[in-house]
Order: sequence, then C-alpha cells, then structure tokens
Amino acid sequence: MYLNNKMLFSIHILADEEFDELCFEFGLELDEITSEKEILIREQGGEKAEGASDVVLYKIDVPANRYDLLCLEGLVRGLQVFKEKLEAPRYKRVSPADGGEPQRLVITEETASVRPHAVAAVLRNITFTQERYESFIELQEKLHQNICRKRTLVAIGTHDLDTISGPFTYTAKPPGEIRFKPLSQSREYTAAELMSLYKTDSHLRHYLHIIENEPLYPIIYDSNGIVLSMPPIINGDHSKISLNTKNIFIECTATDLTKAKITLDMVVTMFSVYCDEPFTVEEAEVVYPDGRLSVYPELAYRTETLSGDFINKRVGINESAESIAQLLTRMCLRSEVSGEGDLIQVEIPPTRADVIHACDIMEDAAIAYGFNNIVRSTPRTYTVANQLPVNKLTELLRQDLTAAGFTEALTFALCSEEDIADKLRKNITETRAVHISNPKTADFQVARTSLLPGLLKTIAANRKMPLPLKLFEISDVVLKDETKDVGARNNRRLCAVYYNKSPGFEVIHGLLDRVMQLLDVKPGRNQGYHIQASYLKIYFNDSTFFPGRCAEIFSCGKSIGHLGVLHPDVISRFELTMPCSAIDIDIEPFL
Amino acid sequence: MADTGLLEALLRLLEKVDGGIDSQDVAADLGVDHQLIVGAVKSLQALGEVISAEQKSSKRWELTGEGREIAEQGSHEARVFNAIPDEGLPQNELMKMPSGKVGFSKAMSNKWIRLDKAHEGGPRVFKTVETIEDTVRDKLQLVQKGLSAKLEDKEKNELKKRKLLSEVTVKSYWITKGSSFSTTITKQETELTPEMIASGSWKEKKFKPYNFEAMGVAADCGHLHPLMKVRTQFRQIFLEMGFTEMPTNNFIESSFWNFDSLFQPQQHPARDQHDTFFISDPALAHEFPQDYLERVKQVHSEGGYGSQGYKYDWKIEEAQKNLLRTHTTAVSARMLYKLAQQKFTPVKYFSIDRVFRNETLDATHLAEFHQIEGVVADYGLTLGNLMGILHQFFTKLGLKKWVEVGNSGVFRPEMLLPMGLPEGVSVIAWGLSLERPTMIKYGINNIRELVGHKVNLQMVYDSPICRLDS
Repeated sequence: MYLNNKMLFSIHILADEEFDELCFEFGLELDEITSEKEILIREQGGEKAEGASDVVLYKIDVPANRYDLLCLEGLVRGLQVFKEKLEAPRYKRVSPADGGEPQRLVITEETASVRPHAVAAVLRNITFTQERYESFIELQEKLHQNICRKRTLVAIGTHDLDTISGPFTYTAKPPGEIRFKPLSQSREYTAAELMSLYKTDSHLRHYLHIIENEPLYPIIYDSNGIVLSMPPIINGDHSKISLNTKNIFIECTATDLTKAKITLDMVVTMFSVYCDEPFTVEEAEVVYPDGRLSVYPELAYRTETLSGDFINKRVGINESAESIAQLLTRMCLRSEVSGEGDLIQVEIPPTRADVIHACDIMEDAAIAYGFNNIVRSTPRTYTVANQLPVNKLTELLRQDLTAAGFTEALTFALCSEEDIADKLRKNITETRAVHISNPKTADFQVARTSLLPGLLKTIAANRKMPLPLKLFEISDVVLKDETKDVGARNNRRLCAVYYNKSPGFEVIHGLLDRVMQLLDVKPGRNQGYHIQASYLKIYFNDSTFFPGRCAEIFSCGKSIGHLGVLHPDVISRFELTMPCSAIDIDIEPFL
Repeated sequence: MADTGLLEALLRLLEKVDGGIDSQDVAADLGVDHQLIVGAVKSLQALGEVISAEQKSSKRWELTGEGREIAEQGSHEARVFNAIPDEGLPQNELMKMPSGKVGFSKAMSNKWIRLDKAHEGGPRVFKTVETIEDTVRDKLQLVQKGLSAKLEDKEKNELKKRKLLSEVTVKSYWITKGSSFSTTITKQETELTPEMIASGSWKEKKFKPYNFEAMGVAADCGHLHPLMKVRTQFRQIFLEMGFTEMPTNNFIESSFWNFDSLFQPQQHPARDQHDTFFISDPALAHEFPQDYLERVKQVHSEGGYGSQGYKYDWKIEEAQKNLLRTHTTAVSARMLYKLAQQKFTPVKYFSIDRVFRNETLDATHLAEFHQIEGVVADYGLTLGNLMGILHQFFTKLGLKKWVEVGNSGVFRPEMLLPMGLPEGVSVIAWGLSLERPTMIKYGINNIRELVGHKVNLQMVYDSPICRLDS
C-alpha cells in the first residue's frame, strides 16, 4: 500500500530512514519510496505524468493476513500504539442512541442455494472528507481482493442509511424479476441485462461468474422495495454513499460466515474513528430463515492465557512476564500479568482475526522484542546425515558420465502431449502419462514420461554447436501407478544421445558398457547384462527407433530400457537433420 | 622455411653494416624479389634472437610498364633516331614504328632529327647529329637499380608526368642484429621425438619456440550443468551440517499433503487454478491415514490444539485433488507425520527438488523450479535457534544478504499436533530456490539462459566449478 508523508504526520515521522526502521521494527517491509509522478512515469510514460503530484509516497508490504493494516487508518493506529503514543482503542457495539429498534436484515430461505449468509452494522454520525471517503472505498476494494477472495466468499455493500428504510430483506430471485438502477448508471436494468452490460466492464466482469449460472440471484431490498445491492456484483444507485453521508448501513453477504464477520468487523473498526462517538458501532439484527436472530457486528474480544516462560522458550529470550505483557500491548494485544506465577492474560481485539493460536502471540512478542535483538544460537540437535540412495547413485553416475565425454542437460519435467507421444511415434494412451487439467499453454499438458524429448529439444536449440553433440540427463519421469496413494510415481532415468553425421550406435553401446561397468554389472545373460533385438517390439511398440537398429537392455534378466538409432521421423519431428542414437534406462533396479 | 642460402646471404649483408639494413635494400642488393626477403626475415625471427626486425613503410619510385620497356629498349626518341639511316627515312614509314609518334616529336624537340617536307617522294626525316645520349633511358635504369636518389626531384616528376615512373608506398623491415646473431643457420626442430630421446640427439638440437599466446586444444570431455553443480554444493552443505535427505521423488501430490496437512485453508488463493497445476488423470488421491485426516479436518473447521481454527466447511473432495506439488514442504509434512508415528527422536532433514507453479512466466519465473528446504525438529527449538542455523547455513553459502532469497519460520502447532508430534516439539524450517542463488552466482539475468532445453550448451561447456563460499 502507498502512504504519503502528510498522512504520516500524526506519528511524527520525517526522515525516510527513520520510517524504514520503524516499519522493520513493526514487522513490515518498506518496499520503496516513490511519488505519484514516479509511478505514472514508470507505468505510463513521462507524458501522462505531467502535472502529477510529487509528494513522497511510501510503498509498504503488509502481511496477507493483517487485515487491520490494509488502510491508512489502521496502519497509523497500529504504529501509534506500537510507539506508545496511543492506547489501543476499545471497539464497542452499541444500541441505537435514540432508544429505537436496531436496523434489521431478514434473510429468506431462497438465498440458501446461492449465498446463504449475511451480516450487517451501522456507522452513525460519521464525518467524511475527500481523503477519508477515498480510503473507505479503497479498504472495501482491498478486503474484496484479499479476505473476500475476489468477492467469492464475501461481498461488502455500504449504503446511505438516510436514503432507505428498514427492515431490509436479503433474498434471491430469478434474474428476470430483478430490476433496478445500479451504481453509476442512468436507468434501470434487469439483472439479466446487467450481466451482459458488465461483460465488458474491466472491473466487474471478474465477478459475474460467481452467480452467472445460478437460477436465483442474491438481492437486498429495503421495506419500500428499493434495491440496496445485488451481491456480489453491484450496489443500487439509490442508496449510494457520498462525502455528505452521515449514517452508513453496511451489509456483507457471504458463502463463508466466519469471513463475513471478520470483514464486517474490519470495516467498522477501521472507520468508526470518524464517528461522533469514535470507535462505537451501532448494532444490526440479522434474522435467519429458521427464525434465529443474531446481532452484529460481533466485535468479539477473546482472552488467551499463556506463560512468560512459553514466550521466552519459544522465542529464545529471557524477559519478565511484565516486560512481555508490555511488548504485546504495543502490538495491540492488550496484556496483563495475572498474578498467578508468570501467567499473562492477552486480549485479542476484533481487529486481530489473524491471531488464532498462542504461537501468533509468540510471534508478535518476537516482533516487538525485535528480531535483531534475539541472540542467535545453534540447536544442540545431534543427528547423523544420510543421503537418499537414488540421489547418491545419481550424483556418482553424473560425474562419470561427464568423464565419459557426455555433457549434462537440464530439461523440464513438464511438456506437451505431442513431445512424449506423436513426436516419439507413440500413442499417448500407452505412455502412462499424468495429465494436467489446467495448463496455460501446451508446454505444460503432461508430466514427461521420457527424458528423450528434452534432450532432443536441447540439441535442436544448439544446432550451431560443433558435432558430435553428446548429451545426457539423469532425472525423474512420472508414470501413473495405481499402487501409490496418489496414483502416480516418479521413476529415475538415465538418458543419453549421440548426434553426429553418422548414427554412432557403437558410441551409445559403448556408453551402456561403461555405465554397466560403473554399476559393477558384467556382460552376460543371467547375472549380467545383455542387449537383444526384439522385432516384435521394434515394429509394434518401440517405434521411436529405426527398424532393426534398436535393442532392449536386460540386466539380471529384467528389462531396464532400450538403446538404438532414432527413427528418421522422430529426428525430423524434433527439427533435427543428422542421425542420432540414444539410450534410455531405468536406474532404480541398481539401488 | 626460406632457402637457407638466402637466409645466410642476408645475415652476411647484415654482418657488414654497423646499424641496420632495410629489407628493400637487401632485395636490391641480392637481386631478388622483396617478398622473398620478407619470408627470410620471418624465418629468421622464428629462430629466436638471431635478428630483430621492425616493420616500417616508406615511399619509393618504381618504373611503370612503359618505363621498364624504355629501360630495356631505349626511349622512344632514341629508338626513332636509331631507326633512321644516313639517307633518311620517309616520314610515313617512320610513323608506322611502335614508338613513331611519341619518338618523332621528342627527337624533333631534342633537335636530333629534321623533317624535309619538300623532299621528292614525300616528307622525309634525316638525322641532324652523329650520336645521341639517351638520358631518359639512363635515368630510368638508375631508378631500376634502386638509385633513384641520384635523380633530382624535378627529373623524377617529369618522368612521372610521362607515366614512366610512379611513386609507391612499400612496406619493409628494418633489420638489425639480434642478441644471438650469427651468420650460420641451425635448423630448428618443432617437437621432441622418441628417436631423439633414444639417440640423445636432442642435446645438439635447437627447438622452435612455442607460441604461448595461442589457446590450447579444447579438452575432449563432458560437462556438468551449472545448476546441478550448485545443487551438488547445497547437498554437500546440508550433509556437512548433519541433515538427512528426504525422498522428494514424487512430483504428483495430493492437495491434502500439499496444503491441508500444512494448515493451509481450502479457500487459500494458492489453491487457485491460477497458481497450481491440478491433475486430470489421475485426478484424485485415494488413500490417506484416516484418523490423521479426521484431525486435520477438525483443526481446520473447528480448531483445537489451542487454536481457533479457520471455522469453515472442510471438504474431503478438495483434499483429494491431485496436483503437481507447489513446494517440497509437502514431503516434509509426510516425513514429519511418519516421524510422529514412532517414538520421537530429533531429526534434521533437507531436500532439493523440483516444484511447480502455474504462474505467469517472466525473466525470473518458470513453471517449474528447484526448491531447497531444510527442516529441524526437536524439543524446545527457539526463534534464536532458527536464526542461528540460518546464519550458519548462509555463511556456508557465502551469501550475506540471505533475507532476499529465502523464507523461514516455525511450523504451526495446528500442523504438528494433529500429526501426533509431542507437544513440546518445535519444527523450524527454511526454503529458497536453487535457481535464484545460481543466477546471482553466475551473473545470469534470464532464467531461460540457465534452465531448460533452450540453454546455450557453450554456457554449459564454459561454466566454472562451483565453490559457493568463495
């Protein structure tokens, strides 16, 4: 997020270094110091930036789950509390000041199939300025992208309460029966019309899929039938908020109730600061189809009890319980030593939904203590190291294959179906390949079942290099395997190719002999290794190779792979022009 | 090697002079073509310090084709004069001679001849003097002998105007005696041979010096890939630190082990189609440790183990989805679960293997890369321990600014306790990509120049060994 110097005035930060330091202490990262002008120049070129502001902006990286730091109000509040310039405010849910009935949102059963949850609250007597108003809109957008998962889980609607009258009804209707004037439009549309209108809207089109194919669309009406919003797409124009809005009705509809409650808590805790009674939020009632009634916002405070010893032992420091309580209080976790031993009562405010376990409290204590102040120490854990046997074998073979004159290639584990099937003259169904359901391009359709395509593509990209080219790779291929829990397994393979003006079968054969020598397997039919032409295989199965120029490799009676001269069609399909011989073996039998 | 006779002749000339001698003059002196002398100079230079020679360029006068003809046969005017008998010659006959026209007018202006236009039988030419001196020829012969210095500039320019002389730039050598000057040539051997060793003749022979400026012949060998060389070093570092290698040879993983077991909620953006490659065949994993799966479900949906949980509807269908693992931490989770099924002993684990992300590709991101991961599980590990071990690790890497290349942390209790690990056991872990430090190490900006089939093999051939700490 971007902050400017003026905004930060309230925490008396002037020097960039000081601010950088403060961010670091607070567990944030100051990404860059820039200005609106600089950003425009970078993104759209110098012309567009003409006349843009060159007020210094600070770009800060906020951890994804710190929703309380997503807006300027929250960040400044957090930093002020951290610097002990402000006590963390207590957020309070209050009944309507006039003693009247709270606002009520009634959920009908039709919503169950599309978006069953809703929560609501009211901000009374708020005072907006241009900056506050923009920040309010921006926070909603950030929450939508973040905790609301692009509005799929939660969608926020904010309304000028003085333009509508409760009780409000949250229901779901066929799109043809919904008709209203949406935000920023000059006339009424049916929901069906809106869906096609927003198809081309650069912002809203991303949310249409959430309800597009539903028979019923979610919709919120006031008691006079005025549409507040059609979540999660758009609000009605009638109740839109402006700089002059005094009273705001906030509703969040959701498929995930927990996230809806957090989202609502975030909006009201952040912006109740601008209410006449700061940090108070007027309650609203939500009535479920089964008659249950809930009051929101929850603004729940929770207390965790943990010991100073726990914090000290987990962080690796030695602080008194009092000092730890003070550290936590600076992180907006109001803490007190309970008096029983070194137990600390930690109060988690509604703004800190990210704190779900004592370990999160421990982390905040560490941040407040300062990571740089923690003394580094080596664990005493005594262990004996072991290599994974298949990796140990791989490391040893790699060394000796280069000594044999072959150069190591490093190719991708993902490739196209064509690479492992058509181009190798094989049928995709016999490859036992694992298929990817959502590849962005054809390069990621399958996990490779052979190392050969990668090596041939490496040669194709290096045709200008002097001949012969001698390449190898020892790496994993992936094969379907019903016996594994996930239905697939890796297989460690050794593949090598020789590319020259003559096929060089004898070179590849010599490499096999050398590999077997390294593996201490002697030539021989039974306990040793041998190669054998299998004409059936050549003609019906291993069509990758040139007929009569391919042999199957056996070690201790088991087939471990093939070697031979590649079929001319394979060579040309990989855009090569010279004869090429190859060996492809499974090295796992040698473990 | 030039003819030995010529070399020795050159050396004898050089012996006689005090300072040095110009190769052009040598050529003139010995009456041979200058190019032969240039060859001789080079041969002598190759013998060591016999001579030293410095290249220079100078201007020189040279005869044109016509000039050479005149030097041999006399000037046109002389030839005309000589062709005229005492009784004279008809002008038209004279004009038929090759030198007729030019020679006639020149001989006329020299007053060597006269023309009797009124002679009966047509105009006739007569000699006016008994003998002539052919100065043009004499001058040209001087130039031919290399004695052009004896002519005045005016004379040379006049001959140049007549296209008999031209001024050319010549390259020549200024030859001086070398430190081991001698007038006799010993033939140099190029290489030591078995025969010389056998006969001892090498003792008497001189050997041609090697050119140490040239590159040697490329070694006939294979080459390891630079990224794999760095991988070897990282393995070595982990092994030196007592870490055991995890079995990461399973690219296909279930969402359960890749996400759920790590307490990653099912709506997390990382589980989105845009970030993760899901598998269509085999689409689902079919086997899980059932009671563990129940505990994972519980901690996500309701909390427990001191946690609030995420409070959402956890679905087995989501956990079953197969994918290409997005991190090797999926394997760490399997290993820690396995560890929890035995009586607890402390462990240190590592792995370096491929992981996959369905991300937008750019100069530093590919759909697959290698993740390096270290994990330590023991009672009472602290954040100070994590920082200490990271410091040791990155010191071995020789990387000072390690924060920028990796991630580290302590695994959450919501992950460890459902596995069955004892309450007091902490697990610290860190990870980084193999590609990033390799690119920094080898100064590569685009990851495609390092990984995949499009790499330039010359880069692989030329890459130095990897010593991370230097």
